[in-house]
Amino acid sequence: MAAKEKSELNGVLGWVDERFPLMETWKAHMSEYYAPKNFNVWYYFGVLAMLVLVIQIVSGIFLTMHYKPDTELAFTSVEYIMRDVPGGWFIRYMHATGASAFFIVVYFHMFRGLMYGSYKGKRELIWLIGMVIYLALMAEAFMGYLLPWGQMSFWGAQVIINLFNTIPFVGEGLSLWIRGDFVISDPTLNRLFAFHVAAVPLILVALVFVHIVALHAVGSNNPDGVEIKKLKNEKGIPLDGIPFHPYYTVHDIPAIVVFLMVFFSIIFFAPEMGGYFLEYANFEPANPLKTPEHIAPVWYFTPFYTVLRAVTLSPFMGTLAMFGAIIMLFLLPWLDRNPIKSWRYRNTAHMLNLAIFAAVFIILGYLGVKAVTPEFKEMGVRMTEIYFMFFAVIFVHSNSTKPGRYLVWFVILAAAVFLIDFIRYNPEDSISAGQIMWQWVWPIGYLALTLLLPYFMKGCNAEKEVPERVTS
Amino acid sequence: MSDSDSNTVDKKRRRMLIGATAAVGAVGTAGFAAPLLISWMPSARAKAAGAPVEVNISKIEPGQLVRVIWRGKPVWFIRRSEETLANLPSNNSLLADPDSSVEAQQPSYAKNLNRSIKPEVLVLIGICTHLGCSPTYRPELAPADMGPDWKGGFYCPCHGSRFDMAGRVFKNVPAPTNLVVPPYYFKTDDIVLVGQDGGAA
Repeated sequence: MAAKEKSELNGVLGWVDERFPLMETWKAHMSEYYAPKNFNVWYYFGVLAMLVLVIQIVSGIFLTMHYKPDTELAFTSVEYIMRDVPGGWFIRYMHATGASAFFIVVYFHMFRGLMYGSYKGKRELIWLIGMVIYLALMAEAFMGYLLPWGQMSFWGAQVIINLFNTIPFVGEGLSLWIRGDFVISDPTLNRLFAFHVAAVPLILVALVFVHIVALHAVGSNNPDGVEIKKLKNEKGIPLDGIPFHPYYTVHDIPAIVVFLMVFFSIIFFAPEMGGYFLEYANFEPANPLKTPEHIAPVWYFTPFYTVLRAVTLSPFMGTLAMFGAIIMLFLLPWLDRNPIKSWRYRNTAHMLNLAIFAAVFIILGYLGVKAVTPEFKEMGVRMTEIYFMFFAVIFVHSNSTKPGRYLVWFVILAAAVFLIDFIRYNPEDSISAGQIMWQWVWPIGYLALTLLLPYFMKGCNAEKEVPERVTS
Repeated sequence: MSDSDSNTVDKKRRRMLIGATAAVGAVGTAGFAAPLLISWMPSARAKAAGAPVEVNISKIEPGQLVRVIWRGKPVWFIRRSEETLANLPSNNSLLADPDSSVEAQQPSYAKNLNRSIKPEVLVLIGICTHLGCSPTYRPELAPADMGPDWKGGFYCPCHGSRFDMAGRVFKNVPAPTNLVVPPYYFKTDDIVLVGQDGGAA
């Protein structure tokens, strides 16, 4: 990038362009960035995520002007924002609803990546950066939830910080260092405030920037999983590409309008969303003497929370399983080695695998907001088993030309399921034993659909030819 | 320096200079990071707030649970009935550590079936040994949600861990160990001091 001798622009913009790569950047990322012409509705969620990030940063800055990060003052300062600050309720509900909206669009955005194999073809780094954004987002959301210093803030932070306590040898010292006290107290609130309003937002913005730089370097994937850069016209423009501006900038506006309609409907009519966006127990100030009767994290953490509850071998194993559930997603580009990107052209078993994975993620989330009954406890274990087996099955599906491997892997994974059952089975605990005895159908049924089905039915193992050009 | 020297690159010398610069830079970075990292340790003020607490237990009714705060944590006082004490051994086969063999969970004077100095007075830190929630007191016998074998105890609402009326943990729950018995002693028949062993006073 070199400054031009004479810019094509006039006036002030021309003056700037001769001293800064203004037109060059605009062209590279907007007017001459060629995106595939076949984007569908799933491709709105990236831009929506950026919109929510802006909403969160702006509303957050204004909340910081009234909030006090002090255990004596925090709860009342939030009430003060809600009741006394003109328009304060609106800013705060916008920020709280924005947190949930962020995860909704990010989960759709991630599932889009799974369906169309958007982590393939030199896009592994885009996926990895995206996963780090997701981690930073979870940290940001957790720390933000502590700030109102309500009952859920306090006990949620107690559980999350104690996760570090379960690490052998260094755990106790580590969690003491994070808290800055022997219990969650003023220093903890103060430092998490610093992270929430300064450190993590800076990191998030930088990560989003490199996420897009990496995307624009490789080029966008599309619902057909066709590389549009392979076929270009005489000017070097992809045949199936259209300039991002004005086509997709205009194309995104209706989606943004629809999103904002839903977003503001929630803010005005159901800002607490029945206790899912803002939990009722959090309208009570933090009380270190008493945990609320029913405690569950905010909905976007509940799938991982169920994994934590399901693994009872030791607390450290539970913590490992919970973080492992996230780490596994990082590895997807190296597990799914099938050269076909989009699920449109993969076999039926792969489509089932992705659909079941999405369903299991939702069920894990549902179990996480429910109290632990023997039935739900066992179901949590079974769904956790499917969650982790998904990564093995997607690896096995990498090569559809050797169906014999499906059978081998079915035996291996089913044996692992029954081995775990054998270890857990305790006839003296008749209620849990009874649950083990029938809920094995979930993981075994999953393995049958994704591995036995394509083995015995040729039609369910057939991959389709990927077209040269994008369809429609 | 002669002309011929200035035209050739001494790679060895360059590598040495890069290495030395990097090493000095690393020491500088570590020196800069150290005060930032230690600033997270508990401050002198936080360390000072750990004094023992005196509690009068004469007004606690049988079956009642009283909470006091010690070092920022809830400490429970429960006066158990004869029936409750008699029920304790029947749980043993369902428990992970019925004999309180994990040393760190109680002082040696509370390493007995009742996990207490006086059989009826139970003193526990009311923090789940899993991830630190404060379990709910469920003294009733066989309530619908706890199952027919329930003889009273504590249920953690966070992750479903269960403990009996001596704070002993059940098998196959997330919590690995029994609830902690803090150091305490009876100053008089009715006054308990939490935070100190009898001998140390």
